[in-house]
Amino acid sequence: MKIYADHAATTKLTERAAQVYLETAREFYGNPSSLHTAGQRAKEVLEDCRGQIAAMLGAAPREIYFTSGGSESDNQAIRSAAYAGKKKGKTKLISTAIEHHAVLHTLEKLEKEGFKVVLLPVGTQGIVDVKDVEAAIDDSTALVSVMFANNEIGTLQPVAEIGALCRARGVLFHTDAVQAVGHVPVNVKELSCDYLALSAHKFSGPKGVGALYCRTGAPLSPLIEGGAQERNRRAGTEDLPAIAAMTEALKESIAGMGAAAAVMRRLQDRLIEGLEKIPHCALNGDRVRRLPSNVSFCFEGIEGESLLLLLDEKGICASSGSACTSGSLDPSHVLLAIGRVHDVAHGSLRLTLGAENTEEEVDYLIASVTEVVSYLRNMSPVWRDLLEGKRQFIL
Amino acid sequence: MSLYSEKVMDHFRNPRNVGIIEDADGVGEVGNAKCGDIMKMYIKVRDGIIVDVKFETFGCGSAIATSSMATEMIKGKSLDEALTLTNKAVTEALGGLPAYKLHCSVLAEQAVQAAILDYYKRNGVPYDEAKFPCALCAHEHDHTADEDGE
Repeated sequence: MKIYADHAATTKLTERAAQVYLETAREFYGNPSSLHTAGQRAKEVLEDCRGQIAAMLGAAPREIYFTSGGSESDNQAIRSAAYAGKKKGKTKLISTAIEHHAVLHTLEKLEKEGFKVVLLPVGTQGIVDVKDVEAAIDDSTALVSVMFANNEIGTLQPVAEIGALCRARGVLFHTDAVQAVGHVPVNVKELSCDYLALSAHKFSGPKGVGALYCRTGAPLSPLIEGGAQERNRRAGTEDLPAIAAMTEALKESIAGMGAAAAVMRRLQDRLIEGLEKIPHCALNGDRVRRLPSNVSFCFEGIEGESLLLLLDEKGICASSGSACTSGSLDPSHVLLAIGRVHDVAHGSLRLTLGAENTEEEVDYLIASVTEVVSYLRNMSPVWRDLLEGKRQFIL
Repeated sequence: MSLYSEKVMDHFRNPRNVGIIEDADGVGEVGNAKCGDIMKMYIKVRDGIIVDVKFETFGCGSAIATSSMATEMIKGKSLDEALTLTNKAVTEALGGLPAYKLHCSVLAEQAVQAAILDYYKRNGVPYDEAKFPCALCAHEHDHTADEDGE
């Protein structure tokens, strides 16, 4: 059996989006910046896409800027707000410990440039407390950046409350909604956000394209110079086929959102219940306030990369937050932030479902993970020590 | 195209000499759970020859594969020969490892040395400390070398 259970990493392009991509590439090859008819026809498609995406997010068309994806959108939003704040003497940037690296690394860079960065804790449930955000905001705050849904453990953050709070306090608010758009309702008005980042390939659109919502009046400076595209905020000839395919994919995702969420909730419940039967494991993140697609576990006594390799042998595509899979030496910052110690965080597994997954596949996932965890534990000296009482169980 | 060579995957999928030796003559454990790798090696020694060897590993694919390969390389060898085993030799025998995974292979060399050192200590055999550079170091494999490469 071949099971793709890594939808938080990326998704398969829908058939219709693929068609739109090809048609746009063939029919509307003109450069939208060109004066001639071919260029202007392409420009029309571009502006039509902008209008449609704006409408789907509750924004105005001029508030949507096309980018290369979530990382670029996050970078641009944060830097724009930070530099604009600095001009007014505001140098404090507030965020959370579980943000995507597109946010965290940008904040680290800004910290080296003299900004004061505050990363709020998220507690064992993986959800930031609005009261902590409120307490952290002061007159020197330039920006609050809190993700909509976490990419590793799927937890939903109280972004609408945080947005309202920031609006009331006159502080700019950015949300990295890469994991949320197309999967749960997202409306920039309800969020009271000034910036919102989205990425097409997370909702069955193409890779390498995304958008940044920037509220009219919020500061936005370009990261990439060299042309007047995107109202001087993002140079570079627009990737029109990708933008059109993204628009199509988002339309499809939003149209099918309710049904997809219902399917995934059922599969998620079944998967969590099945995996919880494995001894000495724990679900990561709040059981209820999470994306319907996300199932993240830590299994004591094993290491995540070997787990992934053996699951891959069984045809299962999954992901882990172990050090060996991150290419760094520490396990996932998200798992550490929710209080998983290193020993346990190394044994993490993330399964992220799509609406195309089936109950049969979920049962195969449960059986495979159970078998592989048991196999790896049997060759683990840590597991032996745990069983013999030489080491204390954490989970 | 996969992350690891076919040889690494073979040793990972079908590790040789997995398990424990209840009445082992020497046992060495290196690494730590915080780093995500622990390797434990058990040896049975007759007349200065390693007649049996088993391992247990908590770690990634390359840690398991290098453990397996290391046991194959020292089985039937004299203690002195086994002490000359290097992580480089283990890695080469596996057809190479991705650069950022090389530190995992260091554990195999350390585990062999630690098991032999334990044997010498148990039996009161005098030994030359210079032959145990790894087992006598901090018991933690060195991560600093690959930290720059990311």
